[in-house]
Amino acid sequence: MRARSALPRADAGLTDAAGLGHARATAFVVPALLLVGAFLVFPAMWTLYLGLTDYRLTGIAAAHPQFVGLSNYATAFGDPQFRNSRWLTILFVLGSAIIGQTCMGFGIAWSVRSVPRLVRGVVETLVLLAWILPSSVVAYLWIAYLGRGDGTLNTILQTQGTDWLLAHPMLSIIVFNTWRGAAFSMLLFSAALNAVPPSQLETARLSGASTLQQLRDVVFPHIRGHILTNTLLISLWTFNDFSPYLLTAGGPNHASETLPVYIYNSALNAGQLGYGSAISLIMLVVNLVIALFYLRLLKERRT
Amino acid sequence: MRLARFAVVATIAALSLSAAACGSSGSGSSDPSRGADAKEVSLTIAANAVGGGKNDQEARWVTEYVIPTFTKAMKAKGVTATVKFQPSGVDDEKYKAKLSLDLKTRSGADVVALDGIWVGEFAQAGYIQPLDQVVGPTVAQWEGWSQIPKPVQANASFGGKAYGLPTGTDGRVLYYNKKLFARAGLPAEWAPKSWADILEAGRALKKLPGVAPLQINAGTAMGEATAMQGALPLLAGTGAQIYADGTWQGNTQQVRDVLTFYRDIYSAGLGEPAFQQAAKGRDESFAAFAAGKVGVLLEGDYFWRSVINPKGGVNPMTNRNADVGYAMIPAQKPGSGIRGQDFVSMSGGSGYFLNPNTKFPAQAWELLTFMSSPDALKALLNGEARITARTDVNKQVLGGDPLLSLISAKVLPLTAYRPGEGVYPQVSAALQQATADIVSGKSAAEAGAAYQKAVEKAVGAGKVSAS
Amino acid sequence: MNLTSAQTREAAKATAKASRSGDHLVVAVLRRVLFYTLLSLVAAFFALPLLWLVFTPFDRHPGLSVKLPDFTLDSFRLLQQNPYALTSLKNSVLIAGATMLMVVVFAALAAYALSRVRIPGRDALLYSLLLLSSIVTGTAAMVPIFLLMFQINLIDSRTGVSLVLAGGLLPAAIFILKDFMDATPRSYEESARVFGASPLQVLRHVVLPIARPGLATVAVWAMVNAWGDFLVAFILLRDPEKSPAGVVMYTFYTEGGQANLPLISAFSLLYATPVVALYLFVSRRYGFRFYGGIKS
Repeated sequence: MRARSALPRADAGLTDAAGLGHARATAFVVPALLLVGAFLVFPAMWTLYLGLTDYRLTGIAAAHPQFVGLSNYATAFGDPQFRNSRWLTILFVLGSAIIGQTCMGFGIAWSVRSVPRLVRGVVETLVLLAWILPSSVVAYLWIAYLGRGDGTLNTILQTQGTDWLLAHPMLSIIVFNTWRGAAFSMLLFSAALNAVPPSQLETARLSGASTLQQLRDVVFPHIRGHILTNTLLISLWTFNDFSPYLLTAGGPNHASETLPVYIYNSALNAGQLGYGSAISLIMLVVNLVIALFYLRLLKERRT
Repeated sequence: MRLARFAVVATIAALSLSAAACGSSGSGSSDPSRGADAKEVSLTIAANAVGGGKNDQEARWVTEYVIPTFTKAMKAKGVTATVKFQPSGVDDEKYKAKLSLDLKTRSGADVVALDGIWVGEFAQAGYIQPLDQVVGPTVAQWEGWSQIPKPVQANASFGGKAYGLPTGTDGRVLYYNKKLFARAGLPAEWAPKSWADILEAGRALKKLPGVAPLQINAGTAMGEATAMQGALPLLAGTGAQIYADGTWQGNTQQVRDVLTFYRDIYSAGLGEPAFQQAAKGRDESFAAFAAGKVGVLLEGDYFWRSVINPKGGVNPMTNRNADVGYAMIPAQKPGSGIRGQDFVSMSGGSGYFLNPNTKFPAQAWELLTFMSSPDALKALLNGEARITARTDVNKQVLGGDPLLSLISAKVLPLTAYRPGEGVYPQVSAALQQATADIVSGKSAAEAGAAYQKAVEKAVGAGKVSAS
Repeated sequence: MNLTSAQTREAAKATAKASRSGDHLVVAVLRRVLFYTLLSLVAAFFALPLLWLVFTPFDRHPGLSVKLPDFTLDSFRLLQQNPYALTSLKNSVLIAGATMLMVVVFAALAAYALSRVRIPGRDALLYSLLLLSSIVTGTAAMVPIFLLMFQINLIDSRTGVSLVLAGGLLPAAIFILKDFMDATPRSYEESARVFGASPLQVLRHVVLPIARPGLATVAVWAMVNAWGDFLVAFILLRDPEKSPAGVVMYTFYTEGGQANLPLISAFSLLYATPVVALYLFVSRRYGFRFYGGIKS
């Protein structure tokens, strides 16, 4: 059977082909909404409210939290470390998520389509292991890998004595996060690529199109939406990712202190949930800006 | 869809209202006579220990000694006691968060283990209450009070009132590698009397290739370990306390002296900056010391017992007793330490405390005193030498271990504890940052000024002393 | 025999073509070699940091660097003696499994509805939920979650943990699935409707098989996230017999905070296995393979 190439349209929702109707649609959405409402919206709203107080988990402020209005935000914006963290986080997201994970994930997903099953299994398992292992263990892996004296990388490159984590902290955590998260992009793009009708790819190949042309003319139109979804999700997740702390503790001297690490070092470690929540809200707003940006991109591409 | 969204908003509102109404903390109602004559008692003990993991010995002591022995003793009095253990075994901060949530909702275990430094903030939050309020006047009659030195009691108290019973404590000393000392021409029985002596030893050790002469913790990566095994003992050596009479140490001469000492170490290459900046720098410094690559290390007895211990240590040293020496930490100059001391140290420790919302306060107190009885403490140690809170037990168990005897006999009387103020972690973070600034090359004046600003931001400008 | 000029021209063309396809052959082989070299480099990039995990669990004296092991199985023996290690893996399967089921089922239903029916504010709702889900993974959110669970009496319950995890994962799952649902052709659904299928049947027999790769992705992703969770399980559970592997992993430290490397490395191997097994199973069975048309 030949699938008609249905390009996703922004108004695809208008075609209620199965005759769901509003009532049933609502019924389908309600279970998810209930779970989300109780365990996501409610805690998130409360957390945002906490940002306006000096709430702490212990101490006097735990028994009698005071409403402090915007002073948490004033403190944050006035802190040069906060500005530093903001910039580092943008670098981190750009380097490891938007460039690193997406390119690596797509590259692998595309390449393993044409290799024997065994090779495909091995490569995918390796990529997956990097993603599945718990953060605490992964930290040990990378500290052994990038170690100064007898780290694996230094042994291979014969650069003994280079302390990668101290000399190039941002580069190290960007490479680390690319390694860590490529699996998700690989999964998503694998699934997306397999929905591209092979007949079209065949036709393009037989008519002499180069790989690049195949990608551009046949593949990308089908997976456009997926690329943007993937990039948005991994940007959001990388923005909020805490694992750089395990490798560098934000150091040396705040050189790799991304926002989640900053929140931990300056607020959560002292139990200052109010201040930490305020910064979370600021991060949320930045994430919102990013999301809006992607939304515009998506809308433009679809018209 | 509007309906669904409405439903969501309504749910949120309802939940928020109910949670707000019930979630407010405040002192629970403690009634010493609650459940006093109960014949069926159920109690729970919570500690940051887990069988097979962190503090495994403590966990097994609770499940294999405390619970069976206590249940039997209760049975003999005609009371059926069901005692359970709630293990955790995670990072201290996470355990503290979990405990706070339990106590905030007035639930949780009846007997809880707390680090002494948390007592102040838990008391201020209303999570725990003084023992005599929870249990009544019988508290003062416990035989153990006379066996626990006053400073150690203070570690489980706040505002002059005892909230629980301390279990153990520790002390910090300077460890040194005798083999490296011999190669550097330093004496085998090293006994520094001032900071200058330490620096001199460092300079002698510098001649040895591939050796980091001094490891005195600095930087932010090690967290509280920088304060306890670095800045605070040094500060005590200048005669200043981080918090005294309602005021916190700001950019005073003493703090600058401490920072200058750090500067002397790191600018002359007497320390290894990588250890202070790497995420696992503390672990790496321990491994280096065990491998004979560090000359002098400032640490607590934990290092001796659990790190370089040839039997089961993390970085065992086969000839630890012969190769590793220890010395008391000197003050800046003889007589310049707190209370006019020549030597200083810092101590910490934890204890067991009562949940004010316990349904069986009298029985919980019985359990608590049982856990702090000489027999129980000896069972906890299980033949190992460790410093407990009670002097009678210490006299019996520490005989075989020279370091711990030294700490118990000579170091504990001149040690200091951290202030149990809720805002202490932020001051500590500021102090750590000051040392980090020094390691990265700033001058003592600059680091001191930044430290002053950070402390003022944390506690309010009026409560900081500066000069 | 003398070849005519036409035959000569033919012969010349044939020779030229033969040498050109010879060139093509060489280029093709070179390209293949280059391709495999690059793939090997990528595989090495992912494999090299994993070396520590290959050697350390079997080393008698594990350390912070990679070295050839002094072979022993003691670490695994230690793990077996640990009272909670193996039960925690079972708990992880229960919790992560329940979370995965809830996420896949609810997200599929919701994504289908949102993809097919025009509901006002749909996009805005999804995006805002997605953004909120990033807040809820922090420590600060633990307070309201704990208080809520305390009120509805779901403390110390594995089901409670699954519910909270599912709630946090649903927005992203719906987001991902909506893309796959959007891409399925309406013609099949219309035909099924013509033949009298109810919407639920359409969903089950027409749409879901086509969106299978997307469902598989979401299933694996949800499982990995639930498997790796520490904070929610730690805050909500009290009984050590219910603790999942993500929590138990954090207990393999000494009182001073140093890692018990034999236990951690051995446990990590065991910890990773079920999830990799799940991925391989899902990949083989429900496949990220789909070649147009309906697979029944």
